[in-house]
Amino acid sequence: MSLRPDLDVIAHLVPEASRVLDLGCGTGSLLRHLMDEHGCTGTGVEIDPDKVLAAVASGVPVMELDLDADLGLFAAASYDTVVLSRTIQTIRRPEVVLREMARISNRLIVSAPNFGLLEHRLMLLRGRMPISRELPYSWYDTPNLRFTTLVDLEDLFARLGLEIETRINLSSTGEPLGKHLRAANLRAGAAVYVLGRG
Amino acid sequence: MTDNGALGLVETHTVRLFTAADPLVLASGSTLGPVDVAYETYGTLSADRDNAVFICHALTGDAHAAGFHPGAKRPGWWDNLIGPGKPLDTNRFFVVCANLLGGCQGSTGPSTLDPATGRVYGLDFPLLDMADFVTVHRALLDHLGIERLLIALGGSLGGMQVLEWSLRHPEQIANAAIIAASSRLNAQNIAFSAVARRAIMDDPDFNDGRYSESGVLPRLGLRTARMMAHITYLSEDAFSEKFGRTPHPERDKPGFGIDFAVESYLDHQGKVFIERFDALSYLYLSRVMDYFDPFSRPNATDAVTAEPVNFLVMSFDTDWRFSAEHSRRIVKHLENAGQPVSYRNIPSPWGHDSFLLPVQRYHDTLRAWFERTLREGLR
Repeated sequence: MSLRPDLDVIAHLVPEASRVLDLGCGTGSLLRHLMDEHGCTGTGVEIDPDKVLAAVASGVPVMELDLDADLGLFAAASYDTVVLSRTIQTIRRPEVVLREMARISNRLIVSAPNFGLLEHRLMLLRGRMPISRELPYSWYDTPNLRFTTLVDLEDLFARLGLEIETRINLSSTGEPLGKHLRAANLRAGAAVYVLGRG
Repeated sequence: MTDNGALGLVETHTVRLFTAADPLVLASGSTLGPVDVAYETYGTLSADRDNAVFICHALTGDAHAAGFHPGAKRPGWWDNLIGPGKPLDTNRFFVVCANLLGGCQGSTGPSTLDPATGRVYGLDFPLLDMADFVTVHRALLDHLGIERLLIALGGSLGGMQVLEWSLRHPEQIANAAIIAASSRLNAQNIAFSAVARRAIMDDPDFNDGRYSESGVLPRLGLRTARMMAHITYLSEDAFSEKFGRTPHPERDKPGFGIDFAVESYLDHQGKVFIERFDALSYLYLSRVMDYFDPFSRPNATDAVTAEPVNFLVMSFDTDWRFSAEHSRRIVKHLENAGQPVSYRNIPSPWGHDSFLLPVQRYHDTLRAWFERTLREGLR
C-alpha cells in the first residue's frame, strides 16, 4: 500500500530506527510504514473508533485518547519525534497540544492545511466558506475547529518558542512544491514543519 | 470439534504441580505443598508450540472458560470469546485456563484438606500474593511443555495476573491483554472488599474458618458479600435498563421482602453464588487484590524494558469498579517504560461486567489483535 503523499513527505523527515509518537494517527498507515521500512518503533493516538480498530488490526500500537486532554500520559522527552499530521485544525486547544508535544519530544513534525490558499480567499471574496481538496467539508459538518493560515500558524510556533527547522510546502494534492516557493501563504495547500525547541 | 462456534464437550483436568517434599515457595517465603491445579485446554498446541494462550480468570472464575461439561445447560464463563471461529479461535489457538491458587474449583485453596494435619487449612492457609498465582501458572506451563505464550489474557483480577506475569517474566509472554483491571486498588475498592469480608467473617457459621468441620457454611455472609459486589459489577444505567423500578411479580403489598425486581436479581445472584463458591477463597483472593501494587516496586519495569511485551489494555466507559482511570494508570506506566501499548476505552452500558459480554467493539478489537499475534508469531 503506497503512503499518502503528505505522509510520505513526513516519513522522509523521520530519522531511521527512531521512536515516533503520531498524534491523530488515523488507521496507523504512517507508523506502519515507519515500522516496516525505517525500523522505527512508536505509538499512535487516535480518537475515531473505527480508525483505532484498523490501526490495531495493522499491528500498530495505538491509544484511543483525546489529544486535548490526555497527553499528560506520555513522559517528558520520551520520543525522538512527535508527529501531528493534518490534525491541528481538529483540536480544541492547539496551543496546549503543541506545548505538550514539545514536552514529549525535542523534535516536532506538524502539518496543517492552509486556510490562506488563494483558492480559499477567492471563495471567501465571493461570500462563501472555502470548500476544496484541503478543506472538503461544509461549514456545518466539518471536523475542523481551527482555521489558520501558514503565517498565523508560524506566529503561534514563535510564541511557543518552537523554531522552524524545515518547512515543506505542499500543493493541494499533497505533492511537495519545493523549499523556495514564493508567496507560500497564497500558493501552498498545506505545509509540513519540522520544529525544534529553540 | 465443530465449525459453528461451539467447542462441544470439554473436561477439567487436575495436576499436582508441587508436593509436600517439593513445595511451592510463596512470595512471602512460606511454603505450600501439595498444590493441585485444575485446568482446561481448548484447541491444539502447534508442533512449534507457538500458539499457546493463557487465560487468567477473575475473582470468582474457574478453569471452565468455554465449552460444556457433560449434562450442563450453560457453557463456560468466557464461551462467547473462545471457540472455533470465535475471536479467540480454537481452530488456531491452543487455549489454557487454570483455576487460581487459593481458589475453590479444583485447585488447592484454603478449604482444601491439609494432608499434614488431616484438617482443612482454613485461616492457617498462607496469605497469597499476585506473584504466587503467576508462579503456579508457570509451573502448569512447564507441565504442559509450553515455554512461551503467544498471548496472556485476563479481565479484572485476571488482568492483574497478566500484568504481574508480564512485569516479572516478560520473556515468557509475547502479547499481554489486560482488561478492566487495576494496578492499584483505591480506597473505595478496598472499602467494598472490606465490607464483603466482614459480612463473611461476622457470619455466626464462619467459625474462624473451620465451618466445614462443623458441617455448616457462612451462607448469609457470603451471600451478602456477593450481592454487594454485584452492585459494583454493573453500572447505574445497567441497573436502570435491566430492572428500573419494576416490582417483583410476587409482591402483593409493600413490606421488607423482595418487593422490587432488582432485589430478586441480587437475591438470586447471592443464592447461586453460595452454591458454587467458597467463603475462605473469597477472603484470600480479594485480599491479594487489595495489596497488589506492582509499579510501586523498585525497578518494577526493568525486566519488561529489557524484554518488551506487546500490551493491549482495555477499559469500559461505565465501569466504576475499575474505571478507565485504573486502566490508564497501567497504560501510563507501561508506556513510560517504552512498551508497545494499545489502549481502548470501550463504550458499553454494562459496567465492569462488560468484559464478560460480547460487546461488539470490544470483541472486534480482541479479534483484530489476536489475528495480529498469529501474523507476527513468537518473535
